[in-house]
This record gives sequence, C-alpha cells and structure tokens, in this order.
Amino acid sequence: MATKTDTKKKRWDAGVTPYAEMGYYDADYVPKDTDTLCAFRITPQEGVDPIEAGAAVAGESSTATWTVVWTDRLTAHERYQAKCYRVDRVPGSPDQHIAYIAYDLDLFEEGSIANLTSSIIGNVFGFKALKALRLEDMRIPPHYTKTFQGPAHGIVMEREYLNKYGRPLLGATTKPKLGLSARNYGRVVYEALRGGLDFTKDDENINSQPFMRWRDRFLHCIEAVNRASAATGEIKGHYMNVTAGTMEQMYERAEFAKEIGSVIIMIDLTIGYTAIQSMANWARKNSLILHLHRAGYATYARQKNHGVNFRVLCKWMRLAGVDHIHSGTVVGKLEGDPNAIRGYYNTLRANKLEANPVQGLYFEQDWASMPGVMPVASGGIHAGQMHQLLHYLGEDVVLQFGGGTIGHPDGIAEGAAANRVAVEAMIQARNEGRDYLQEGPEILAKAARWSPSLHKALAVWKDITFNFESTDVPDAVPTLTV
Amino acid sequence: MRITQGTFSYLPDFTDEEIKAQVQYCLDHGWPISVEYTDDPHPRNVYWEMFGMPMFDLKDPAAIMQEINECRRTFPNHYIKISGYDRSHGRSTTALSFIVNRPKHEPGFHVERAETNDRRITYTIRSYATDRPAGERYEG
Repeated sequence: MATKTDTKKKRWDAGVTPYAEMGYYDADYVPKDTDTLCAFRITPQEGVDPIEAGAAVAGESSTATWTVVWTDRLTAHERYQAKCYRVDRVPGSPDQHIAYIAYDLDLFEEGSIANLTSSIIGNVFGFKALKALRLEDMRIPPHYTKTFQGPAHGIVMEREYLNKYGRPLLGATTKPKLGLSARNYGRVVYEALRGGLDFTKDDENINSQPFMRWRDRFLHCIEAVNRASAATGEIKGHYMNVTAGTMEQMYERAEFAKEIGSVIIMIDLTIGYTAIQSMANWARKNSLILHLHRAGYATYARQKNHGVNFRVLCKWMRLAGVDHIHSGTVVGKLEGDPNAIRGYYNTLRANKLEANPVQGLYFEQDWASMPGVMPVASGGIHAGQMHQLLHYLGEDVVLQFGGGTIGHPDGIAEGAAANRVAVEAMIQARNEGRDYLQEGPEILAKAARWSPSLHKALAVWKDITFNFESTDVPDAVPTLTV
Repeated sequence: MRITQGTFSYLPDFTDEEIKAQVQYCLDHGWPISVEYTDDPHPRNVYWEMFGMPMFDLKDPAAIMQEINECRRTFPNHYIKISGYDRSHGRSTTALSFIVNRPKHEPGFHVERAETNDRRITYTIRSYATDRPAGERYEG
C-alpha cells in the first residue's frame, strides 16, 4: 500500500511489506463459527490492487501498523490478525469491490459496542490508499451476542406491558419541535393520546431549553398521559427525552420520569454508544421502555460508497439494548429503499436470518433468542398510506404520524382518531384475507363513510407522496421507488 | 365513554360474521382462541376471568362462536374479549385480542390526583364501576 515496498523481502525483515503478504489476506481461510465477519465496500485509489486494499482494511482494523514490527513475534499473531478471505467485484461499479473480513472472537471486549467499533471502524476509514470505505454488513456470532444485555424489554414484553396486540402501535411527535411552552406542549400530548394514539414523543432536539425546561415538560406530559388513559381506558405513553450533556443529568431525568410514572423514556443516538448501553441497563432495571431516535445517523449511513450501512447500526443498537429505533418508512419524506428497509426491519425483529442480497443482507445472522427491537416509522406518513405502511413494515412497528395527526383540519384528537380508524380497518381487511395493498384506497374510503375524522384526513393528504430516488440501494436490485 | 382496549375498538362493533372471520384468521395461523370476561376494565387489569380454558383443540369457527355466545349469554353486561395466542418460539404471547361484548353503559374512569411536593402529583386511575362489588357492577 505504501508507495515503496520491497516485495522480495522476507516476512519479518524490517521495512514495509504488503498487508496481503503479512497474513491479512488468506483466500483459503474458512471462517470459524465464533468469528465476527464484515463486508466492506472498498473503493481503492487508482492503481491499488483490490486484494491488497482488502488486506489493508483487515490489517488496520486489527493488529497491523504501516511497517513490520518485530514485536508481533511475541504474540499468537496468526489468531489476532483479521483475515480478508474474499474480494468480489461490484457489478456495474468497476471502481468498487466487496471485501469480506473475519475477526477472531478474542479481538473484542465482551459487551462493549465502543470496543467493537473502535476496532472495526476505528482508524481504517481515513486510510489514504482508499478513496472511500463502507461497512455494509456484519455477522455477529452468538458467542459474542450473548455477552450483551440486548433490548431492555423487547417487542413481546412491550406489547404485554402496554396490553396492545395485533396491530401496529401509533405515535406522533409533538410539533412544532421547538418553542412550545410546557403547558401548550402537554395539550398536544393529551389531544393526540385521547384521540387514539398509543404514544406521543419528544423530538430529538427537545431536551431542556430556555422556552421549556425538562422537568416542566415531564410534569405536564404525565398529566396529559394520565388524563388520556382515563379517557380511553388504555395505557398511554409519552417518550420523555432524557438526552443531556452528561450521564449524571440523564440519570436524573430518567429517575424523575420513572418516579412520576412514565412507561417510556427516550434517548438520541448522539449521546454515544456507551451512554446508550448504560441507559439500556438502567431501563431494564427500572422497567421503562427505551426509545432511541437515530439523530445524526445519516451523516455516515446514507452515502453508498462511504460510511456505515444502517443495517450495521441496527445490529449494534440491538446489542446495545434499545427497545425502539427509527428505521425508515419507505413511503415517507426521509431516505429509504423498500428492499433495504425490509432488511433493516428483519435485522431488528427476526431471531434468525439467512443471507439475502436483495435486502442487502450479506451474511446469515443468528440472534440466539435475543429479543427484537421495535422499529419506528416516522417522517411524512399519513392515514392515506396505511395499506402501504402495513404491507412494507408489517405489524410490529410504531407508525408515527406527527404532521399527519397534528395537522388535521378538525384538530389533533380527530387526526389521531383518523389514524387509529385507518390502521384498525386495514388490519381487519388483511385478516379477512383481502388484497389490502391493492384495495387499500377502497378500504379507507369505506371506513371514511362512517368516520368523519378519516374522511377529512384523506381529503387533505390523499395525494401527498414523496417520490425520490434512493441513494442507498442494495447492489442486487435495480433502483425502485414507491 | 367507550373503552378502546383491544385491536378493533375504533371500528363499529363487529357482527358475528366479522368476528368469525377474525377467528378463522387466528385458526389459520395455529393460534388457539380464548374467551375472557371482566367487570373491572382498568387499563392495567391484566387478568380478566377465563371463560374456560383456551380452546387448544377447537378448530371449527362455528363451535368457537358458540362458546363466545355462551359467554355473552352468561355475562351480557360484562366486557368480553377473545384472543388468539401464538405459542411459537420468540413470541409465546397474545397475537390478536379484541372486545366482543360491552356493558350497555360505560361510565369510564376518574383520575385521582394526590398532590405531593415539588409540584409532583401522584395519579390513580379509578373505574367508576368498581366502586361497587364484583358481580354488581354495570347492572341496569
């Protein structure tokens, strides 16, 4: 990789030796069941051999440095060296290859996303010899999976806790995101919950600002939650965002949410992997559901040739132990190819997955009975898309209609009722064996004949779609937008 | 008020034909049906009374409808729900659950607030109906 290498030199001679010759490439290596496997999309600089580039990624994400060091000989280096064992061309992208790399179980500390990621995405993404690098997928072996707590509660426990079965859960993010006083904020929560939603949510950037401090918000929201619960006879929740500048502040806010009787708290991805794991442990211990907003993820997950694919982040977050994560809508306003999103949802919910190139899943993945994470679909969705949402996202999902609830012409509660009527009508039709994806608009129109709230919602939003090409699409399929 | 627990409470009450279609959906998935009733519909009342055992071996929706109707005859003024149960690995939980019978009058719930310190309030949600002893609620 370096500009000058002496290929005639022996393995342990001082100087620079190609990574591939130092043992970081081994086409005959058969991955062990205990290995962590990674698929990297590599775009080498002009003239750099893809195999050597793959070996370099293996080297720099495990034991290697740029030159030979004799101190390797004091270790069982064959074991600790990651091994690039396969390099495939990417069809249609001559500058890109997929490098498969195997990492020994001993390389990573038990139960630490921070340690895992410091190796695998630590230095290597800034490597000069590569134009771009993207971590597409990982296979995490049960031996390592079992060292993590996993979701504080998981999908099944969440449903039993909330006493809600057989349909997607419904939520809304309070809008406007910023500027409401605590009293007005609680009004939105109350109206949305009594109207028919299961959850309302703080937005990612609502923490504790001058216009509304966290404690005031929590107090007003819990009043709203309890009032709505009494008005409907259902358990209701508001995701109280405890994101803050320090762990101490987050614990303080979480403890307060618990004391006043909230069923759920929320954190942002921006707090970092270790903080997420700490809050997941706290949530398990204190019986609160833990919602994660993926704030910031698209800065490194969206571009196809560089960064970390979101499916990898889904795996890290399932290990880290969140109960909810925002994972795309297919039909809404934010990035999301249908097949890629199926892959994310399956990664979060299923117990065992086979490799599936169409969904961008490079490896099989056995979660070893670790509970599933509830995906959350949020951003530009409305009642008129209910058939598509159910088709693409399934039943174990939180559908979050922020604008699609609060923007209803007859008020927030009517907007909430419209969404609830739409989801229940669609589930009924699906269960009766109807082709609900095709007949969706008809099913909704029929329900709108007796539900004025749905009627108005459909009238306002029925033609709203967000049709843009996705930037991040699995290689195996042509670009497809809904 | 109308208690909106269950999968279909925002739709008009199901006809027997509509209930039967949902029962069939459960049976098609191998989910046995159970019937439960209560006169304490508090949102956190997990354990409604079981109207017999879950019907593990009953695969005929008409026979299941008879059980449901038997429960309705016995408890015409209670809440009755039917559930499909998924015993599969990784689930082992309720898959579908909805109310098929309601009292004529649903008085709803009251929020009791106990004011404590630092502006905190302790909330208790109380069903008006449970002011009366079990079995004597929702009469008339």
